[in-house]
Amino acid sequence: MVEAAAFYILAALILGFGALVITAKSTVHSVLFLVADFLCVAALYVTLQAQFLAVIQVMVYAGGIVVLYLFVVMLVNLKRPPEAHSDPRRRGRLGFVMAVAVLAELVAIFAVGWAKPATAAGALSPNNVEQIGRALYTDYLIPFELASILLLVAMIGAIILAKREL
Amino acid sequence: MITTTHYMVLSAALFTLGVIGVLTRRNIIIVFMSIELMLNAANINLIAFSQQMQNAIGQVFAVFVIVVAAAEAAVGLGIILAFYRNKETVNIDEMSLLRW
Repeated sequence: MVEAAAFYILAALILGFGALVITAKSTVHSVLFLVADFLCVAALYVTLQAQFLAVIQVMVYAGGIVVLYLFVVMLVNLKRPPEAHSDPRRRGRLGFVMAVAVLAELVAIFAVGWAKPATAAGALSPNNVEQIGRALYTDYLIPFELASILLLVAMIGAIILAKREL
Repeated sequence: MITTTHYMVLSAALFTLGVIGVLTRRNIIIVFMSIELMLNAANINLIAFSQQMQNAIGQVFAVFVIVVAAAEAAVGLGIILAFYRNKETVNIDEMSLLRW
C-alpha cells in the first residue's frame, strides 16, 4: 500500500517536472525543473532496491551534469530570445505528431509483445552494492575500462572545443 | 501491487516527453535536456527489470548509461559554446551551416 502510494506520487512528480522541463519559457527554470526531476527519479531508484544508482544519480546528474548545464546557460547570455527566429520550413506540429506516434508505438509494444514475465534468476540482496561492484570488476571489466577511456576522450574533447585558442 | 509493467509505462511516458522536447523545441540547450530525460527513461526500465529478475546486471548497465550521458553532456555543451562564440545563437533553426 505504501509502496503503491510512493510509486504513484513519484511517477506524477517525474512526469510533471518532465513536462515543465520541456515547456518552461526560461532556460534557467527548465534546468531547475530538470534537477527536481532527477531527484524524483533517484527516489524511484530507492523504491526499486537500487540505492547505489540513486546515490550515483544524485551525484552525477543533479550534482555534475546539471551544474554544467547551468554554467552554459549563464555563459550564453542571449540578446534576443532563443526561440525568436523560426525557420519557415520548420514543421512543429509534424514533430508533435511524430512524438505521439512514438508513444503509440510503445503502447503497441506493450499490448502485442507481452510475454510471460521471466522468473527470477538469482537473488538480489538488499545491500546490492557489493554485487554491482563484483560484476563491474569481473564480468564487465572491459566495458568498465572502455567507459573510463570514453570519459577521458570526452574530457579532452570538451576542453578543446570550449577553449578559445589552443 | 506495483509490477514491472507500471515502471515500463512510466518509462515510456517519460521517453515520449523527451521525444516531444527534441522534436518541438528550438533552443538547443532544452533539446539536450530532453535527451537526458530519455536516457533517464531507459535507466528506469533497466533498473525495473533488474529488480524483477533479481539480478544486479541491469544496474551495471544503468551505470554505463550514466557514463555515456555524462560524456554526451560534456561534449555537447562544448559544441554549443563553440557554436555560440561564432554565431551568437542557440537556436537550432539557425544552425544550418552544413545545409545546402
